[in-house]
Amino acid sequence: MLTRRTTLGLLASLPLAPRAFAQARLSYDLTAKPLADGIWMVEGATEYFSMENGGAIVNVTLMKGDSGLILFDTGSSRRYGEALASLARSLDIRGISAVVNTHHHPDHFFGNQVFADRPIHALGGTRQAALDEGEAFADNMYRLLGDWMRGTEVVPPSDVIAGGDLTLDGRDFLALPLGGHTGADLALMDRRTGTLVAGDLVFYNRAPTTPSADIPRWQQALEALQAEKPALVIPGHGPADPTGDSIIQTRDYLGWLDGTLRAGARSGLDMVELMETPLPDRFAGMGAQPQEYQRSVAHLFPGVEREELPRGN
Amino acid sequence: MFIRTAFAALIAVAGSAAVALDDPQTVLQDPMGSGMWNYHQKGLLGDPADIRFDDRVVLRAPDSAEDSLNVPLLVDATAIPDVKRIVISADYGPIPHILTYYPEQAEPKLALRFKIDQATAIRASVETQSGSWHIGSTYIDAAGGGCTAPANAYASDDWEEKLGEVHGRLWSASGRARLVVDHPMDTGLADGIPVFIIQDLSLQAEDGTPLARLELHEPVNEDPAFTFYFDAGALPASVKVKGRDNNGNRIRGVLSEGELN
Repeated sequence: MLTRRTTLGLLASLPLAPRAFAQARLSYDLTAKPLADGIWMVEGATEYFSMENGGAIVNVTLMKGDSGLILFDTGSSRRYGEALASLARSLDIRGISAVVNTHHHPDHFFGNQVFADRPIHALGGTRQAALDEGEAFADNMYRLLGDWMRGTEVVPPSDVIAGGDLTLDGRDFLALPLGGHTGADLALMDRRTGTLVAGDLVFYNRAPTTPSADIPRWQQALEALQAEKPALVIPGHGPADPTGDSIIQTRDYLGWLDGTLRAGARSGLDMVELMETPLPDRFAGMGAQPQEYQRSVAHLFPGVEREELPRGN
Repeated sequence: MFIRTAFAALIAVAGSAAVALDDPQTVLQDPMGSGMWNYHQKGLLGDPADIRFDDRVVLRAPDSAEDSLNVPLLVDATAIPDVKRIVISADYGPIPHILTYYPEQAEPKLALRFKIDQATAIRASVETQSGSWHIGSTYIDAAGGGCTAPANAYASDDWEEKLGEVHGRLWSASGRARLVVDHPMDTGLADGIPVFIIQDLSLQAEDGTPLARLELHEPVNEDPAFTFYFDAGALPASVKVKGRDNNGNRIRGVLSEGELN
């Protein structure tokens, strides 16, 4: 005879139950890793969005300003923004004083809602793209992340900035208005430490993403970043890099990707055949491969093919 | 207790008998379990008796559609002898029929792109010359909306000048013919935009001998793109492209093993 107690006991012993419980909590376990004097990084998983990681796949940087911490990118959801706010208060009781969005992809600005009463800085093109594409991104993020996204609303950046010298909460930066990963990518060099917040212009040991990419322009942007000789690169995804290797790796990958797609188009390959092409060893071990490469084929191949194939009429 | 079980069994039998009225004459066990196959077996294929799922019909595609407007698919039925035509379809979607391919002198193998409206089983139904059907399947996940969005072409104002523009080439040694035709391929499901699609597209030898032929439907992607496969060395030096859309516009082009851009 099954009593209520034995049934509960049986249910509790099911292997699925503890996992379901852990997911039901949906809490981000964020830690701030000190990189230099007054600079911390919250390092994201080098994965694609999933119900397991809750979208915590992005690097977020915190830097000491005069009246609190300056926050570079806000993560993928309202809940993530709230976790960032409380992490910031544990580092500086005054919390976040100013916010920057490096570009308009959802993992970089969907936590803005939590900081809506503070200035949120970005390039003009980023603000416009967030206004134009934010809602469509939100639809897809709710589909990918489910309840992690609860209550998240799209809050585009409020304050448009240009390139050149920039002071945020008393801290001096060189603002580099670039593009290529998206239509507008902002990189910021901290004058005091030579630390470069590169946004998604630089990926490190994690495959670059290309849904809004213009590869030649991206390569130019990487050249510009290299010329600044940063003391430390904080990529958009992947570990912090004191050697500059992250920029070299991103350039190498983008060059290989473009060359592979063009060679494929020039031998009459179809997208499925290209997607099945094995990756070279130096890229196969990157986070989110081969899925990210396959997504890039979907994003870029139709355009590449039109450029490479001769006219037939 | 026994009476209740017997009654339930009776209801089950009566229920399945009622469903059987709508069943195709040959009921198959769908490996995708998608719930719509029986319906398409009758509606799309005309309820043939000689039909089976067959692993020799291979569909290659990504697990998930990154771009709902451009989902790549490669259908390979080269393991089936004497193929007459291949009907390619999606189980779920406002318009299930994507295209029908008549390989004629080509191999029964085709690469294409199409629009997807939701996660669905995709089928390639291969009919042989003797009238037996062999079905291959795959499943593609999707965020949706591919069939009801307006064509990207209308974001530019020169789409009319590009209409019917052909890009492509032959690769004789590997037996490939690749073809991209500029066309909005409007499904009629976007607000205020009527159906506007290429309906027929074929490859012909210089003397007009058909080499391969396609009947296209609304779900084929904007600017349709195909790879046709032939035996190595079987392609003539140049191939004519001939087609027509539902507004009577003619598509004309020539593919050869010419200079790449």
